[in-house]
Amino acid sequence: MIQESTLEAADAVFRQTVPAGDYFLKVIAAGQTLRILDLEGNQAADTLFYNANDVSERYSSMDTIREQGNIYLTAGSKLMSNLGNEMLVIVADTCGRHDTLGGACATESNSVRYDLEKRCMHACRDSWMLAIAEHEELGFTKRDITHNINFFMNVPVTAQGGLTFEDGISAPGKYVEMNAAMDVIVVISNCPQLNNPCNGYNPTPVEVLIWN
Amino acid sequence: MTETLYQYTVPAAAHWSLRIRRGTTLRLTDVEGGANLGMMLYNPEDLLEKYNAPDTLKCQHTFKLTQGNCLYSDMGRIFCSITEDSFGWHDTVCGTANKAMVQKKWGEKNYQSAHNEWHQNGYDSFLVELAKYGLNGKDLASNLNLFSKVVVDNEGNLSLDAKHIKAGANISLRFEMDTLVILHTCPHPLNSEAAYPYKPVHCELMTTPPMPEDDYCLNFCPENRRGFENNRLYHFFR
Ligand SMILES: [Zn+2]
Repeated sequence: MIQESTLEAADAVFRQTVPAGDYFLKVIAAGQTLRILDLEGNQAADTLFYNANDVSERYSSMDTIREQGNIYLTAGSKLMSNLGNEMLVIVADTCGRHDTLGGACATESNSVRYDLEKRCMHACRDSWMLAIAEHEELGFTKRDITHNINFFMNVPVTAQGGLTFEDGISAPGKYVEMNAAMDVIVVISNCPQLNNPCNGYNPTPVEVLIWN
Repeated sequence: MTETLYQYTVPAAAHWSLRIRRGTTLRLTDVEGGANLGMMLYNPEDLLEKYNAPDTLKCQHTFKLTQGNCLYSDMGRIFCSITEDSFGWHDTVCGTANKAMVQKKWGEKNYQSAHNEWHQNGYDSFLVELAKYGLNGKDLASNLNLFSKVVVDNEGNLSLDAKHIKAGANISLRFEMDTLVILHTCPHPLNSEAAYPYKPVHCELMTTPPMPEDDYCLNFCPENRRGFENNRLYHFFR
């Protein structure tokens, strides 16, 4: 569902560009609004959320899709934790559909999906591994890296039970915006994927904006 | 060709775990029809390596799991292959119901009052078995729900196809690496039966002949060939 935001970029309390292949990690306070902006279009922002006060509670793709009874995320979707609590609500979305089934790219799965020789190409899970290593204060390990949201990705399921990676329905300037229902740590890997035609083999930066 | 090594019927609303050796097949049967088998897979030698539903689905361009599909770990390896399946469509995206969901749907029936007829839930079942290996809720990810067909319409709406039930339906999992299997027989989270469904699942462990070059799972898609190559590499260096 297309839902425009009422917020002005000039009023944001935080803005940062995240290049493709980098991670972004920040605490969002309950009540704050987070926008992820697809600057050049067809980029995938692979995103994880944790309860900032107890990181054993985290975003769960299965709880989210089951509780809303739908596999796609858009305005109105509640992002649920593994404990069944609402973490954030998508309040604006100019893209219309986001994926939470496809997971993140990893060097290991790239070797299966594309070619055994692709094992050493940069992947989202590597970005998260670096985030873990550089933020020891959070106590994260690989155990904490679980199924994520792929903002701006379009992964439709067919009636026959097929899963397809379609061309992105995102475009330059499209964004998704969500309101935090609890203090959350947001961890984004801005996808470095060079193997997937959906981004034209050209990963691009996204921008993160936060409002009080 | 194959020899049955062990058989056991997991009662309804129960949980179990076992380490299955590479080269063994686990055949599961929905004895009465309408069962749900929740399952998670871990590498017993590196418990951080676990079943990865997104990788399994996207590597094989599928939303459903059936014969020919391989079940992938997050490390690009294959825990097991679905060598036979008379059911046709198994779910791996809906997760498992917790205590609150089961209570809301069917009311509370605890062990003290109901003994084995209690309303046990899949989430607690997983936690109990995981704890035996030093694991906890942080190690849970999307699990398999065998014998549950979940479909998606054009708008993305999910539903359990409650009519797709076959008494005697069975699925065979051929293990391609040593695997810790955690399982429960609690109802699927989208089950809407009026009464809590008590359905057992029969398990049979069998020897497996060596995989031929024309194996169905190996040749199901080019991705699976690469997955098997990753397994070969893993075993080669051990
Ligand atoms: Zn990626």
